[in-house]
Amino acid sequence: MPSQFSRIVITGVGLAAPNGNNLSEFRQALLQNKSGIKHKEIRHMGKVAAGECDFDETKHQSRKARRRGTRAGATSIYCANESLLDSNIELSMVDKSKIGIYLGITEHGNVETENEVHLLYQNDLNTSFWSHHHNPRTVSNNPAGEVSLNLKVTGPAYTIGAACAAGNMGLIHACQMLRLHEVDIALAGGVSESTETFGIFAAFGAQGALGEHSNPELATRPLDIDRSGIVVSEGGAIFTLERLEDALKRGAKIYGEIIGYHVNSDASDFVLPNSERQKQCISAALKRAHLEADDIDIVNLHATGTVQGDIQECQAVRETFNLNPGSNTHINFTKGLIGHAMGAAGALELAGNLPSFEDNFVHPTGYLNQIDEKCALKNLVGKTKVQKKVNTILNNSFGMLGINSSLIVQKYRG
Amino acid sequence: MENAQVREAVMNIIADIALDEDVTQIKDDLALRDQLDLDSMDFLDIVMELKKRHKIEVPQEDYPKLATMESCVNYLGPKFH
Repeated sequence: MPSQFSRIVITGVGLAAPNGNNLSEFRQALLQNKSGIKHKEIRHMGKVAAGECDFDETKHQSRKARRRGTRAGATSIYCANESLLDSNIELSMVDKSKIGIYLGITEHGNVETENEVHLLYQNDLNTSFWSHHHNPRTVSNNPAGEVSLNLKVTGPAYTIGAACAAGNMGLIHACQMLRLHEVDIALAGGVSESTETFGIFAAFGAQGALGEHSNPELATRPLDIDRSGIVVSEGGAIFTLERLEDALKRGAKIYGEIIGYHVNSDASDFVLPNSERQKQCISAALKRAHLEADDIDIVNLHATGTVQGDIQECQAVRETFNLNPGSNTHINFTKGLIGHAMGAAGALELAGNLPSFEDNFVHPTGYLNQIDEKCALKNLVGKTKVQKKVNTILNNSFGMLGINSSLIVQKYRG
Repeated sequence: MENAQVREAVMNIIADIALDEDVTQIKDDLALRDQLDLDSMDFLDIVMELKKRHKIEVPQEDYPKLATMESCVNYLGPKFH
């Protein structure tokens, strides 16, 4: 990073994943190749593979507040509180007007709208039964707003809509705001309540992109020749971010330093990815970090398990990282074990790899049996974790309407 | 419907809205908002639940009649079938 910019570090992690309710549980599940995907009854659709979380919604909020809010709000409140506790920041000791809350979302409001429409039809289309909670639950800043209400934080709190690149985007936006000194502390990441809505499952089904299998743990197998599509998941991951000097001043534990990122747009298709633009995004992130491709120890693929998406991304990664015969870079992905957590995906997947700076493993990827040759990559991690000294992670997250994001985090080395 | 039954029906609704509070301690002659952590959205919840559970419509101009448990019973009693 140019020297005039502050260095930004991660000092707290709070998360809810289908296979873990905190970083330690999540990491252990990933290292053990333990899936969090199960079958769930979805309205109008029956039994579908999905990744649901099982955290205590009222650990950090009252039952009344939970009743008023949304699932995404509850997930955000849980993750934000856990992240702050992990960071050892005492809220009463800091200026709450200088805390920013920046949460990436793929979409928001579908859950409430579907539920209301369902009730509308049960009430003979009588709109007088439509809930007065509809608007505050469906406004797109809802998840971040619920966190600000819960924590009594008065700084900027809003969401960033960026389809499935949103988790990375929350972090990237937080970096920018910290560097501009708009805020002193950022609670940033991504969140999703998508498993509560049938529409997203039905739409992926209509696209021929919904992962299915009699064994739900096999319903999404990114890069496998037999992959059938996406498993929709919910969850959240919220990081506490600070400027390095502030973190050092209070003796904070530093999980890692964000040293590079890039965001660009395909400008080519509503849903189909664009390998060339993805490659440009990755390369620009490397350039910003002043790194060569071979300096990256782990690339975490977006890898959703769709036929075309996996091929396009693998091409971009192969052309960027696998040109050197003795390539240092290992490749993994997380959706084989947790499904696609939509707005939370990028943030959760970064969290899943972050402990590799300390435990020096690259986590396995689920149930990859036979790789699609079009997805072949050197140093791709399969069902078993790989021991390796890890200093640098590149996290890819891409989304519909052609938004690409790459984020690079480095082990803090002083 | 007897006043005691009306009171119980209203109490059940409030209990489902003020989830963290002990509604058995409500004093009938005091304003509900002075005893419980209820705001305008909660009162709209009460109105909605009266409509959903008991098919009772409360027009906006009558909302002040839901101020205390006593006034709720007096106002709603004739509306319960």
